[in-house]
Amino acid sequence: MDAIKDFVDLLANPQVFFGATFGALILIVWKREAFASNRWGWGLMGFLGVFFLFGLFDENFQLIIGKPDNVPIVALIFLLVFFTWFAIREGVRNDRRIAAGEPPIEKDEEDRVWTWPDLVYTELIALVVCTVIIIVWSIGLEAPLEQPANNANTPNPSKAPWYFLGLQEMLVYFDPWLAGVVLPSLIIVGLMAIPYVDKNPKGNGYYTFTERKAEITIFLFGFVVLWSSLIVLGTFLRGPNWNFFGPFEFWDIHKLEPLTNVQLSESIWVYGFGRALPEHWFIREIFGLALVGFYIGVLPVALAWKGLTKYYEMLGPTRYYVSVLLFLMMLSLPIKMLSRWVFNLKYIVSIPEFFFNI
Amino acid sequence: MADTKTIAPRDPAFVRAWDWLTETQIWTSIFRHTAPINDRNRVLVMLSNVFLHLHPVRLRKSGVRLRYTWCMGGISFFLFLQLTFTGLLLMFYYRPTLEYAYADIVSLREHVPLGIMREMHRWGAHAMVITVWLHMFRVFMTGSYKPPREFNWNIGVIMLVLTLLLSFTGYLLPWDQLAIWAITVGSNMARATPFLGYEGPGAALLALGDVRLIHAAADARFALLGGTIVGEGALLRFYVLHCVALPLVIGFLMAVHFWRVRKDGGISGPL
Repeated sequence: MDAIKDFVDLLANPQVFFGATFGALILIVWKREAFASNRWGWGLMGFLGVFFLFGLFDENFQLIIGKPDNVPIVALIFLLVFFTWFAIREGVRNDRRIAAGEPPIEKDEEDRVWTWPDLVYTELIALVVCTVIIIVWSIGLEAPLEQPANNANTPNPSKAPWYFLGLQEMLVYFDPWLAGVVLPSLIIVGLMAIPYVDKNPKGNGYYTFTERKAEITIFLFGFVVLWSSLIVLGTFLRGPNWNFFGPFEFWDIHKLEPLTNVQLSESIWVYGFGRALPEHWFIREIFGLALVGFYIGVLPVALAWKGLTKYYEMLGPTRYYVSVLLFLMMLSLPIKMLSRWVFNLKYIVSIPEFFFNI
Repeated sequence: MADTKTIAPRDPAFVRAWDWLTETQIWTSIFRHTAPINDRNRVLVMLSNVFLHLHPVRLRKSGVRLRYTWCMGGISFFLFLQLTFTGLLLMFYYRPTLEYAYADIVSLREHVPLGIMREMHRWGAHAMVITVWLHMFRVFMTGSYKPPREFNWNIGVIMLVLTLLLSFTGYLLPWDQLAIWAITVGSNMARATPFLGYEGPGAALLALGDVRLIHAAADARFALLGGTIVGEGALLRFYVLHCVALPLVIGFLMAVHFWRVRKDGGISGPL
């Protein structure tokens, strides 16, 4: 029993957890034909159910899962797994039909039905079911109320509301001006840009995967892997001092994590050239600035020339640069995570003089 | 031979009562037509009822399938109504001041037998965040943001942000440790806003000589909180945003959103 728990704690480590979620996405997309079977869907849901049931017998697991405000995230895990599977399944089913020369299922359901009764009754039933769920949930679980607010008593850990915990998790890798302001704004801008940069006319109004491979993979990567799995990580697996704790691990406030992170400038000047850091910030950070300049200034152009030429020609310059820049911004998070895990890299550019750290 | 008389069977009492009721002047003044049991009335019911007229008279078969819609948009709207209602009831008992806020929540918990209004409001709010996300997920997976629905997708993204802001502003109101520190963590981000936050890059550039224009008592975070810490100013600001400003804006956008669903060709489907 304890061996299983230790093993799960090990798997829940941010590196493994993030790697596994990303790996799962690749597998799902690649082996979607097999994934779309009912056996996989119910198997996954059953596995999750058994895991949570098993966990409930553990005191530490109970403590974190049973926090009233965390209950919705448990529901979110189940719902998200189910709907990801379901959407892929419906896509695969339609893809099979399209491959066989038939129209998608939605095309066959094109004829009109009366709103009364077909739609209003469905709405009524949904309304009743939702009301019942909310009432039962409200009777069964009391809303949390802690001690009165006290500015002098900081809880450890201090967490934002659960839907922002993905962003709070980003603070491990980025400074607040990026993790808390620039990147969230770019998420909103990016979402709004989707209909304007996506010129693919196919897949409008029906489930499909094959006709929209890139779009769906990128969206799933952003929504499921980056946004949702980081929320789960930030909620369940981050304890005192924002240290990592496995789901079955005791939240020990004295847990020590070595902080051995270095700046890029340090590793180049001090460890590479064997000399002291230059006085002036610009010379000190020139390599980092060059790297960032390359990433947002040169890389999109280079990719248009070789690698993504197809997309450049298809989208035209404006759409191409907007979408590639947004995509690179999204990738900056996993890049920063990887460089932290592999090279202990803290900042690529570090100019504390101006609060400017990347 | 005695005469035999055939007597037509009388309708059961409740049918007669129903017939009488639906023929009264009061009833017919409210409902201009009889029950939607024939095609003509199925049209009329959608056209003459202000609540139902959000709907088209008829729609694609795939549009009423849970398989296609997941019902997430409708559930989000329903949860919004539910939250408006329970929120209104909570407003009768809650005063947004440092003195009373926490005490009022305690009273709600301790003095109301079987009271679940606060629970319904809180769990409904959490549920709405999830259903809005899933609605966006469904719309993406069916490619429903594609022309001609680009603009409506954008309205939706703004409403997604507003949903999170509504939840965030409401999180502070119980004024307990959970509330104040969650908002502290969240709003601390604002002081790192480039140029406009006092710890943000570029803020030092906004200065007249030696006088900084952006400092702890004049920056983005201060504007959000109405103070340098999460205190009385923040509580009042969040209360007004939560109960008045944000619901008004999201309600307005909802009207646009639903109207555009209709104007952009109804529920999406293969072209």
